[in-house]
Amino acid sequence: MKYQSQKVALAYFAVAMALFAVQILMGVIMGYVYLYPNFLAEIVPFNTLRMLHTNSLIVWLITGFFGITYYLIPEEAERELTSVPLAYLQLAILVIGTAGAVLTYLFDLFHGNPFLGKQGREFIEQPVWVQVGIVVAALIFLYNVTTTVLRGRKTAVANVLLLGLWGIALFFLFAFYNPANLAVDKMFWWWIVHLWVEGVWELVMAAVLAFLMLKITGVDREVVEKWIYGLAALALFTGILGTGHHYYWIGTPAYWQWIGSIFSAMEVLPFFAMVLFVFSMVWKGRREHPNQAALLWSLGTAVLAFFGAGVWGFLHTLAPVNYYTHGTQVTMSHGHLAFYGAYVSLNLAFITYAMPKLLGREPFNQVLNMIAFWTVSAGMTFMTFALTFAGIVQTHLQRVRGEAFMDVQDELTLFYWLREGAGLVVLLGVGLYLYAVFVPRQREVIARAPAE
Amino acid sequence: MQTKSTARNIFFGGTVFFFAVFVALVAHSYSYIVTTSTPPLTDSVARGKRVWEENSCINCHTILGEGAYYAPELGNVWKRYLADNDNDPKAAREAIINWIRSMPSGTGGRRQMPHFDLTDRQLNDLVDFFEWTSRIKTQNWPPNNAG
Repeated sequence: MKYQSQKVALAYFAVAMALFAVQILMGVIMGYVYLYPNFLAEIVPFNTLRMLHTNSLIVWLITGFFGITYYLIPEEAERELTSVPLAYLQLAILVIGTAGAVLTYLFDLFHGNPFLGKQGREFIEQPVWVQVGIVVAALIFLYNVTTTVLRGRKTAVANVLLLGLWGIALFFLFAFYNPANLAVDKMFWWWIVHLWVEGVWELVMAAVLAFLMLKITGVDREVVEKWIYGLAALALFTGILGTGHHYYWIGTPAYWQWIGSIFSAMEVLPFFAMVLFVFSMVWKGRREHPNQAALLWSLGTAVLAFFGAGVWGFLHTLAPVNYYTHGTQVTMSHGHLAFYGAYVSLNLAFITYAMPKLLGREPFNQVLNMIAFWTVSAGMTFMTFALTFAGIVQTHLQRVRGEAFMDVQDELTLFYWLREGAGLVVLLGVGLYLYAVFVPRQREVIARAPAE
Repeated sequence: MQTKSTARNIFFGGTVFFFAVFVALVAHSYSYIVTTSTPPLTDSVARGKRVWEENSCINCHTILGEGAYYAPELGNVWKRYLADNDNDPKAAREAIINWIRSMPSGTGGRRQMPHFDLTDRQLNDLVDFFEWTSRIKTQNWPPNNAG
């Protein structure tokens, strides 16, 4: 850590990891409710559990992005952050907003109140006052990091990262537009959801992976920067019109079936390019970096994102396929591996890299952290397979043969058991990860074998 | 350095181009939705959509295939109830309202829908919203009534 102000990242990572733990716990509970539906049904119904599961994911990923940016920008710009107190103020606003949203949903406070009550649109369901807080926090953040870059060194990594972050903030503004026409609502809702995760978040991902490659492999900046605009271009050229794959069946014109199919089929390209990028950087790299766990997570991010977002996305993106699979467990399987592979792993990779530096230590608990990587990844992969098979069975019974939804769900119980088992493995792996990252020690729990 | 600035220019130029195309198509789609693919909106449909949102229905059900996959698709729930009630809209409406009122069933091993304290007007608004949604021209999705 070269700059004192990078230290704010530590608080962001702590909040992000606390919410990560909440997200995984909620997931395990929901997996259990799928098997024993009466569990908690009267106290915390499924819709509240699900809101907590998805929203804690989104909020912690973004909190992680903020922390990553606060760590990364001073090193790229070669100067301290514009304001450290503002960075803490921003985090305080986010924490208060998150607590507010959780309490509002758990106790259904201010029911029906347009400003204080539940909003109930998937993923952007925070009460309006929380959404206003998010905008204020985003403005503080953008001011803080943008002015730091403007006054310092301007690099391609920082440029692409900032562009992604500005995009995240701008597209979030569509949360305030809620037309009464459901089809119009859905069309612009995807401007947030799709243009985030299949658009500007990929810019963040490319920039963060590029930074990690620079630091871990020791490859020349010139080599890395040749890649980064190519990765960003591939992401947006395919991702923007790829939004069309959400416009097949919501009341939008039929031409989206062609546009969406063609462009979203190509959305696999940026993820494939990121795999090529990280592996060629590692092969070119001259340096044996001490933080091998961070390297493993970085390579894992690219590979798992390629399969989860790329391959599993392609699986059901062509309109004639999607006509049958849309809104089944196939969608669910893709959602889980895509978020894990691309954005969860990215955050975990960066935190693995940054924590020893933030704490002023040599990389610690390396082997334990790597075991955590394989445990979580194995769990998520197995969960994805279970849900994929559930989805295929569901598609056949419900969409082809026309059997009723609840009858079909009863046929899927075996897959839901497998999913819950996989979820417990993920929980175990996350526990190992948090321990490995947050509990540094003098002697390793499991020591690395000496290099040959 | 030449390749880097070329790549950057291609990136920015291409992004502006693709985004402009996207905006134009979305603008066209907007007018298609409001003039062609959706029925005219009424106040009760708009109120029904708020009932749908305030009670966080999307976090169990799906609507036009989007939502939580835990409970049945509701984009065509109106069509299912019509079919089950000899195409009598009044009976279908009563049946949906009675279903919501009788929740939770408390049956062991069955997924439970929570109890929602909704007024008669809110329930009727909600059904209006479902009926309106079932008339959206969705390129014939879902493939069948099961949703």
